[in-house]
Amino acid sequence: MIKKVLIANRGEIAARIIRSCKKLDILTVAVYSEADQKAPYVSMADESYLIGPPRVNESYLNTERIFSIAKEAKVDAIHPGYGFLSENGDFAEACNKEGIIFIGPSSQIIKQMGDKIAARKEMQKAGVPVVPGTSEAVPSVEEALEVAGQIGYPIMLKATAGGGGIGMQVVRSDKELTKAFESNSKRALTFFGNGAMFMEKKIENARHIEIQVLADHHGNVVHLFERDCSIQRRNQKVIEEAPSTFISERTREEMGSAAVKAAKTLGYTNAGTIEFLVDQNENFYFLEMNTRIQVEHPITEEITGTDIVEAQFAIANNERLNIEQHELEIDGHAIEVRIYAEDPVSFFPSPGHISKLELPKGESVRNEIAVTSEYDVTPFYDPMIGKLIVKGNTRDDAIDLLKQALLDYKVEGIKTNIPMLLNIVDSEPFKKGKTTTAFVEEHYLPSLTKN
Amino acid sequence: MELTANMAGNVWKIVVAEGDKVEEDQDVVILESMKMEIPIATEEAGTIKELKVAEGDFVNEGDVLAIIE
Repeated sequence: MIKKVLIANRGEIAARIIRSCKKLDILTVAVYSEADQKAPYVSMADESYLIGPPRVNESYLNTERIFSIAKEAKVDAIHPGYGFLSENGDFAEACNKEGIIFIGPSSQIIKQMGDKIAARKEMQKAGVPVVPGTSEAVPSVEEALEVAGQIGYPIMLKATAGGGGIGMQVVRSDKELTKAFESNSKRALTFFGNGAMFMEKKIENARHIEIQVLADHHGNVVHLFERDCSIQRRNQKVIEEAPSTFISERTREEMGSAAVKAAKTLGYTNAGTIEFLVDQNENFYFLEMNTRIQVEHPITEEITGTDIVEAQFAIANNERLNIEQHELEIDGHAIEVRIYAEDPVSFFPSPGHISKLELPKGESVRNEIAVTSEYDVTPFYDPMIGKLIVKGNTRDDAIDLLKQALLDYKVEGIKTNIPMLLNIVDSEPFKKGKTTTAFVEEHYLPSLTKN
Repeated sequence: MELTANMAGNVWKIVVAEGDKVEEDQDVVILESMKMEIPIATEEAGTIKELKVAEGDFVNEGDVLAIIE
C-alpha cells in the first residue's frame, strides 16, 4: 500500500494530485524550484523540499536530486504528473531499481509509445487504424516525392525529432513539398541535430478526439469515453470538451473498443489516453498514446463521476478496477479551458507579476490553479496558470456557464488568453460544434480582423 | 537595424555569427520562454554587425538581440 508519495511536478497538477491524496490518506511530498517557492501546491503538501534552481534540468528533471529527496522523505511512490519525467521510460525504470513505485505504466510501454514509429507499428498490430503515411523516416526530397505519389496530397510533413510544432508543415503539391522539405529539414537539423522527416496524409477538417482508458494489473481495461480537444493554438490544446458533439453513438463505441483493445494488446497498465484524428466521415486514425494523466482529465471526471488520480493510485497498489464498462455512463456535458499567460492574439508568452486574481465560483465551476494573487509567473515553465472546468446538463448549459465563469475570471498584471476564450465560446461556429483542429485559423483569427 | 526580442525568455540558440550575411526572414536567434521556442528572424537583409546576447542569457521584451547593417 502506498502511504507516502513524492510528486515530481509543479503547478496545478501537483495541487490536483495532493487533493486526491488527502482523500486517500496518503502523505504527500512536494518538490519545488527556486522559482516556485510561493506556489500554492508547495504549502498544500505535508512536506516540501527545495529541489534546485529554476531551470528544469536543474530542478524538475534532476532525477538524482529527486531520488535523494525520495529517500530522505522515505516515500513508497513517485507520481510524475504530466510533462517533465512522466513519459521518461528510463526514469520509470530507475524508480523500480530504487524500490519506488512509479505511478504509470511499465518503462517498456512508455518507451514504445514515446517512439512515434514503434507506437504506430504496435497500433497496427492491435488492429487500430493509423494515418496513412511513412513508418520510416524519409531521408531525401526524391524519396519524399515518391511517397507523396503513393499517399496523395495534402500531406503533413513532420520532423522526426520535432516538438512544439517546429518542423511541421502542410504541403499540397510536389512543388510545395520540395521547398518545404528542404527548409524544414534544414531547420530540424539546426534545432534538433536531426533533419529526417516523416510524412503523413493530412486529414482535412479533422477533429482531435481522444479516449481515456484505465487498466489494472489483472487484465481489466475500461474506457471513460472521449474528449474532443480540437481547439488548439500552436498545436497545443486550448479548449476541451466531453462528450464530443460530433461523433455518433456507433463511432463512440468503436473508438472506445479500439482503445480498450489497444491497451489490452500492449499490456498497458494505469491511466492512459489514446489520441485519434477523426475525419468528417467519422473515420478515426491513431495519433499517439499518452502514458500518463492528461491535462484535460477533469472533464472526463465530471461526466463519469470518477477520480482518475485516485484510480491511478489504486492501480499502482495492484488493486482491481472497481468499475465495469457497462456501469459507465456519460452524465451531462463538461468543458475545460486552459488559462494561459500569453498574448491572446499573437500567442506569445507573457510572464510577469499577477497583481490581482479572482476566480469564478459556483456549484458547476471547478478551478485547477497554479498561482495566487500577488504571484510572479516566470518564463521557465509552461504558460498555463490554471484550468477552468464547467459542467452543465447539456452542451448549451455548459457554454452558458463557461461564458459567465470567464467573465468572472479576473487576472491583472499579465496578459492572458481569456479574451480569446470568451471570443470562441461566444462564437456561432463554436456553439454549432464546428470544432475542428483548424478552428483558431478558420474562425478565431479572422473574427479579430472583422471587428 | 536593431533586432529586438518580442517576448521575455531565454536565448536558446543563436544560429548566426557576427559578420554573417543574412537574408530577409532568416532566423537569427531562437528564444525560449514557457516551453515555447520562438525563432526571431530579421525583417531586412544585411550583415550581422554585433550580437548583443549569448546563448543562455535572459532577455526582456524589447531587448536588443543583434544589430544588423
